[in-house]
Amino acid sequence: MNIKFKTTALTALALCLAGPALAAEITFVSQGGAYQEAQTKAILDPVTEKTGITVKQDSSPDAWPVLRTQTATGKPIWDVIDTPTKDCIRGGEQGMIEKLDIANMPVVAAMPAELRNDWSVAYEFYSSVLAYNADAYGDNPPQSWADFWDVEKFPGTRALRNHPLATLEAALMADGVAPADMYPMDVDRAFKKLEEIKPHINVWWTSGAQSAQLLADGEVDMTMAWNGRVSAVKAEGAAVDFTYNQGILQYTSLCVLKGAPNRDTAMKFIDAAMSPEIQANFPEYIDYGPGNPAAYDTGKISAERAAEMPNSPDNAAKQVLNSAEWWSSPEGDKALERWAAFVQQ
Amino acid sequence: MSNASTPEERRERRMILLLLAPALIVVGLLLITPLVWMGWQSFRGPEGFTLAHYARFFTDTVYLSSFVQTFRIAFLVTIAAILIGYPIAYVAAKSQGIWPPIILGLVLLPFWTSVLVRAYAWLILLQRRGIVNTALTKAGVIDQPLILVNNEFGTVMATLHILLPFMVLPLYATMKKIPAELEMAGASLGGGGGLVFRSVFLPLSMPGVIAGSVLVFVLTLGFYITPELLGGGRTFLVSMLVSRNIEIYNEWGAASSISVVLLVMVFAIFRLASMIIPFERIMGTK
Repeated sequence: MNIKFKTTALTALALCLAGPALAAEITFVSQGGAYQEAQTKAILDPVTEKTGITVKQDSSPDAWPVLRTQTATGKPIWDVIDTPTKDCIRGGEQGMIEKLDIANMPVVAAMPAELRNDWSVAYEFYSSVLAYNADAYGDNPPQSWADFWDVEKFPGTRALRNHPLATLEAALMADGVAPADMYPMDVDRAFKKLEEIKPHINVWWTSGAQSAQLLADGEVDMTMAWNGRVSAVKAEGAAVDFTYNQGILQYTSLCVLKGAPNRDTAMKFIDAAMSPEIQANFPEYIDYGPGNPAAYDTGKISAERAAEMPNSPDNAAKQVLNSAEWWSSPEGDKALERWAAFVQQ
Repeated sequence: MSNASTPEERRERRMILLLLAPALIVVGLLLITPLVWMGWQSFRGPEGFTLAHYARFFTDTVYLSSFVQTFRIAFLVTIAAILIGYPIAYVAAKSQGIWPPIILGLVLLPFWTSVLVRAYAWLILLQRRGIVNTALTKAGVIDQPLILVNNEFGTVMATLHILLPFMVLPLYATMKKIPAELEMAGASLGGGGGLVFRSVFLPLSMPGVIAGSVLVFVLTLGFYITPELLGGGRTFLVSMLVSRNIEIYNEWGAASSISVVLLVMVFAIFRLASMIIPFERIMGTK
């Protein structure tokens, strides 16, 4: 009787202690598809293993409108989102994103200042690169945006993204602006340079899949495209290639919704997800680079694989780091507004 | 004629109302309510009532050019649908036996395929290394591939393909009702085939032309997927302006105002058309 009572008491005590640990869960939201599947294996499962945090998943190709709706109710159901950095910043400025609890996030605090801000931290890297048809150009492919603009030396059909982000940066590089002098951007100069190439652009693409298809089908001979999209069609055997030279390095970030149901766990989750060891898993599953550059020092990423990654030290040095701060500023909004008028006329 | 109605009449009216109730509730809940909501939102900004969303029609040059381009494409599609649809409907209406159902069946066949699939089909057909360009190059007709898609041409082509049945069916219905005797009478008065067609058949088929044109024109105004996939980014129609406004201004009101203006224009078109032929005929109920 006594023993049985003790056992029951101990079990109850154990349950009480385990309770909070069992309740440690968050809802993580990314953009779905192969990209989110890769994250599950590379990041989410290892974080659960390391910290015991249960990760529930949801996905949304564009989290921004959902973020607005959920925080408007004051009772969001999502905790952590992986979204373009711009959304974390403007969301933070509009009171929809929690500030990072940086004092309790040693890993995030140790990251380079340019890769984090009050609300978010760089999570994975991709790049807007110059991609081309390998058959069309043979041994002398275009290697810079100046080449892309040079229709005499590099004839052929061209495409660009129907969006000013990265496109304006490319135009300025074609006009001779050095990556270090990119921001704040000279928008007038960029649009002036774009007017030059506009008559030679066959397609202004709207989705990543479309850009890859245009290239693989031979509809265009060169285009700006996201590195992962190009390498995917290349792996399927299409005669395409790309260069990281003058690529526009972009990243998505992790941030926490204002009033998130599991705010503290969410902060712990982010710090664990950003650890170099776990971040170093990214290249194993997908052609996107770890948000934490320290991952390249862990020895987990081979030299060959690093050479294929958008933000490995060697590749990052050839590119310009996109400024999410600039794009979420009023100047960035104005550039976005001006875009449609430019494309249409 | 008097206002006093018999109990039977009143009961019948109640019965009709009761039978209509489910339809009225569905329309009210799923159509009227969202429309009113949309109209209300178009006047709402962060600080309450605003005309800012409508003011953009006069300040943002993209608005005007989007509306102009949309109406131009709708016009081109409508003209092309008349030119292609009229002969088809004519042959279907004049043929005998199993031919009418076969012709109409062929017109309707693509109608049962997804719009998305058809857009991609046109892409495959018309692109630079597509079937059309390859065939023309191999046949020696052209040296350089023609640019047939990712522009306004591709958009018009695919939209026309999707909307052609909306032209052919009202035309066919109208032509079927034209008594053959009238043409015989015309011929008996000494008119040749061409003259009888021009002075008898063509005028009598005009209600069908107008009905089909209104349908095709109005439906083109709201197209989204086709210009998005086949327009190459250059065809920037009103529907795309709506989605762009949500992206740029972050406000549903900005998008709602465009929808409201487009809706008013569509109503105006129907009103104009109904001055020529009754509304019921456009919709094919009479």
